[in-house]
Amino acid sequence: MASSTIAERDERLRPSGVVRRLFGRPELGAVAGYLLVLLFFAVVARGTGMFSAAGILSFLEVSAQLGIVAVGAALLMIGGEFDLSVGSMIGFAGIVVALPAVEWGWPLWLCILLAFTVALLVGWVNGMIVSRTGLPSFVVTLGGLFVLRGLTLGITRALTGRTQIPGLRAQLEGDWLAPLFAGEVGTGIMQWLGEMGWIATRPDGLPLASGIPVSILWWLLLTALATWVLLRTRIGNWIFACGGDPAAARNLGVPVAKVKTGLFMFTAVCATIFALVQTLSVGSADVLRGQLKEFEAIIAAVIGGCLLTGGYGSAIGATFGALIFGTVQMGIFYTGVNTDWFKVFLGVMLLVAVLFNNYVRRKATEGR
Amino acid sequence: MMRSRPPLVEVENLSKRFGTVVALSGVSMRVFPGEVHCLLGDNGAGKSTLIKILSGVHRPSAGRILLDGQEVVFHSPRDALDRGIATVYQDLAMIPLMSIARNFFMGREHVVTRGRGLLARLDMRRANAIAREELARIGIDVRDPAQAVGTLSGGERQCVAIARAVYFGARVLILDEPTSALGVKQASVVLRYIAQARARNLGVIFITHNVHHAWAVGNVFTVLNRGRTLGTFGKDEITREQLLTMMAGGRELEELSAELEEFARADAARAIDVAAEEKEVAATLRREVAFGSGFSDDGRRP
Repeated sequence: MASSTIAERDERLRPSGVVRRLFGRPELGAVAGYLLVLLFFAVVARGTGMFSAAGILSFLEVSAQLGIVAVGAALLMIGGEFDLSVGSMIGFAGIVVALPAVEWGWPLWLCILLAFTVALLVGWVNGMIVSRTGLPSFVVTLGGLFVLRGLTLGITRALTGRTQIPGLRAQLEGDWLAPLFAGEVGTGIMQWLGEMGWIATRPDGLPLASGIPVSILWWLLLTALATWVLLRTRIGNWIFACGGDPAAARNLGVPVAKVKTGLFMFTAVCATIFALVQTLSVGSADVLRGQLKEFEAIIAAVIGGCLLTGGYGSAIGATFGALIFGTVQMGIFYTGVNTDWFKVFLGVMLLVAVLFNNYVRRKATEGR
Repeated sequence: MMRSRPPLVEVENLSKRFGTVVALSGVSMRVFPGEVHCLLGDNGAGKSTLIKILSGVHRPSAGRILLDGQEVVFHSPRDALDRGIATVYQDLAMIPLMSIARNFFMGREHVVTRGRGLLARLDMRRANAIAREELARIGIDVRDPAQAVGTLSGGERQCVAIARAVYFGARVLILDEPTSALGVKQASVVLRYIAQARARNLGVIFITHNVHHAWAVGNVFTVLNRGRTLGTFGKDEITREQLLTMMAGGRELEELSAELEEFARADAARAIDVAAEEKEVAATLRREVAFGSGFSDDGRRP
């Protein structure tokens, strides 16, 4: 086609500049919301150390831990499904790593591979049940929530008589896989920053913030990966289509059941990454880990612009949702406000986000 | 009639049962290139079942499908699509919240994919350009191919769906009621595009229950009734009125017109009394108003 015809058409376009385009992005609300949150705490938490290197890293770490799970939840929500079993999956993955390692003396790398295998299996089962029966994933994974938590409790108590499995730290040394999920990176940089006097140091000269928690890197990596997949790959196209209109997607040759099952598996893997980071950093597994994380992940995804009905949203949005979550949580801690108020804030935030999203969706399907 | 060439698609004695319901029984039809084959019939005639079999959604209970004279079995919509049978569904198969370009390449992303393996990625710039070009070719000016399909009108969406099928090398185009939900103006846009597709030597199966739309673009007409075919006719072998009668199921329509005549007679008989009746109504109204009840409780003045 001659480029001249396109140029001609372009002249008739209403200018749709960068700003207009940005307004069409699902994560807009979350980014704007996050700037407000930062501004608020920049004023209210001034001088409390919240915005020192250690403070920033601490709220980033809290955000990262939720963000890892939220990115998975966001992808699944865009694909039109929910997974309420991720919280229980976190607890379950924790003991799948810790039990063989501590009780039977397996090497950690093997336990980690086992945990991922189990996660893929759990995700696959969730996906198969949902796509085979056509039941709402809400109900199916609500069942999963209880089954997995019950299994975690039952197995741990039956084998150890306790609900906690400590003593993982000793095995961390010398393992080739485990350090990927534990500890900190960039300690050299932080030390250098400390020596230069740019960040606060302890009396012995070591920086207060000794390194960047590895969870933050996982979070950024998963966000980048999910964003790439969503926006630039065929699978991403299919994920949006599955959530937007599964019947239409199927008619166009999209393997809807496979895509959804894959997403359930990805969510379970995200939950497992989170579980590994937590378990290996703390050095112990606890059967109650990850409780309520399923809801927090969904809240982060919704704040990030994911529609509850599927077909719309972004991983970057979910990441900003998690950031809002973590920043407010730590901000409330730093400012000394009673943490009870955090839940009130969350609930209100969720409602505002849903209302905003509905508005955005209406706008998106109206003419520009 | 250009029937010297072999048919593109042929179905022979196709039957389909859903449990105890016989949706189709012994239907045969042939579609030639460069022809718009209209499939007419009332609701429940079996039109949708027939095209769902042709597009690979359902498997026939009996009978066979021939493509270029070769027997084929479609296991999925994908199968049919890969062999050049594209279906534009009544409910469109479009994702309203996704962009025009993304919808255009849905399920066919490899065409605009760059790189291999882990680096395989969609070239959205190219996808947008192609989508815009293809739509411009059929006279639809897309302001921005990255805008959501939900922003398009019904007729434009139909045209996007048809343009998509044609672009991806469809040889047989099945259009399921493409004009039924459209206004007159939008329907004419779609009809014009159907005529274009015919001119490009595609075989078009046009399902409709609007005889006027069928008549405007069709060459051949097959009428279905209660799962059976009432015959296939060239445009020179039948009139629009005959088609309409046949679609409604002959006798039923005769019964209906008899009934309508009955109504007309009754109306005429009553017309004589109308003058008297009007007087009586007026008298009643006056009485009601006098008693103060009137019709005021629903807000209307008598």
